[in-house]
Amino acid sequence: MTVQHKPQAARAVQVPAPMAMLAELTHRCPLSCPYCSNPVELTRKEAELPTEAWLDAFRQAADLGVLQVHLSGGEPAARRDLTELIAGARDAGLYVNLITSAIGVTRKRLEAFDAAGLDHIQLSLQGTNPEMADMIGGYRGGYERKMQAAAWIKELGIPLTLNTVLHRKNLHQLPRAIDMAVEMGARRIEVAIVQFHGWALRSRAALMPTLEQAEEASRVVAEARKRLKGVLVLDYVPADYHTATPKRCMGGWGMTGLNIAPDGQVLPCHAAQTIPHLTFDRITERPLRDIWYDGAAFNAYRGDDWMQEPCRSCDLKTKDFGGCRCQAMALAGDAAATDPTCAKSPLNAAVRAQAAEDQQGDGALVYRAFEDATKVPFGTG
Amino acid sequence: MTPVLPRGVRLHHDRVRDRWVLLAPERVIDLDPIGHAILSEIDGASAVGEITDRLAVKYDAPVEQIGGDVREYLAGLADRRFLDMVP
Ligand code: SF4
Ligand code: SF4
Repeated sequence: MTVQHKPQAARAVQVPAPMAMLAELTHRCPLSCPYCSNPVELTRKEAELPTEAWLDAFRQAADLGVLQVHLSGGEPAARRDLTELIAGARDAGLYVNLITSAIGVTRKRLEAFDAAGLDHIQLSLQGTNPEMADMIGGYRGGYERKMQAAAWIKELGIPLTLNTVLHRKNLHQLPRAIDMAVEMGARRIEVAIVQFHGWALRSRAALMPTLEQAEEASRVVAEARKRLKGVLVLDYVPADYHTATPKRCMGGWGMTGLNIAPDGQVLPCHAAQTIPHLTFDRITERPLRDIWYDGAAFNAYRGDDWMQEPCRSCDLKTKDFGGCRCQAMALAGDAAATDPTCAKSPLNAAVRAQAAEDQQGDGALVYRAFEDATKVPFGTG
Repeated sequence: MTPVLPRGVRLHHDRVRDRWVLLAPERVIDLDPIGHAILSEIDGASAVGEITDRLAVKYDAPVEQIGGDVREYLAGLADRRFLDMVP
């Protein structure tokens, strides 16, 4: 492919070196959460990058300036070479974080990860009891296995963050989730209200939190931050459908981090594949440095040349960067539009009306699945 | 009180940007020379007082002044769970 090559000096935006890389090692996963951030078209095992390609990607990333790598999926533990990948990322000089459901991870494997130099684990929590967690994850018995793994992580002393995704069905469990994080010895909890792109859009009527829930969540988080100061750090992503301001897009598109998909496509954001006109370079075909500085997808929404009104003349554009490109794509049909969750978007009234309708609805959960698989809730993955 | 960097928090030289940082879960904390000097003294055994004394000698500054700065800096890190204070 041909990409316009602009030397650094001629560029309108000074592009800093990336700080973080999300390595989506696989799309395979025992769970099938309806809000999965993987693309709707999942990559199969046969198309996954081999070990050596990942190890090379870690070295290239570290040379480029990346300091932290997040090993994610799908379920990264579905890769049999995970221990080797952890060791390789550490060797490259990276801080290695594992984002996992921990389901099916044995104590022996956790010990191997630990010995390979794993810095930190982010454990996902779908619910605070088996009924909720197994219903959301679509995997019976998953909760018990996760709790077992959490106990091992604590015994081994591997630093832990608990990751929760909250929505209408489980938002009432937030106070318990915070208590569980403390009991597990986590130093941090991520409280994220579900974001709607990809899979989650299909279950919007089942997942959309009510306005009352969104407000209650903010209250619970504020109270816990005070009460647990010095014990547990709370990182909070509030519901953007219910506020007048959109979610800020990282430090700007293509400015702080990059993602590598299981098949080696290098993405500016985990949801970038929902923007159909973007094309992505592959780590196996082009040096990472060139992809970061000159790749078409990375340059697509850097700076503000691409912005339309009302963002273009808005003071907040350097703060929120016009909101989420993927949400603009999903809701406005144009990735360069103002994020429709912004009160200044001409579509905002319609978005709010839809959200109000969705929160009354009782739509079914649509679970993520490989295209030809018939995944039934409570299957065994 | 003895300051200890817990597992999962590491002092790291960022060779690409030629600076010192503290690497922590989902966070990179940029260290100025003072922050780096304080963190370099943390060895898991020295108490806050000993660290202060060493820095006072090294930078030829009054212990009272350095002590306040060190305490405040460490407390800030401890609040964010980047540092444990062991009695
Ligand atoms: S108009 Fe654009 S820049 Fe201004 S607040 Fe809304 S999304 Fe942000
Ligand atoms: S475009 Fe949206 S999903 Fe992607 S990084 Fe920005 S805010 Fe996140």
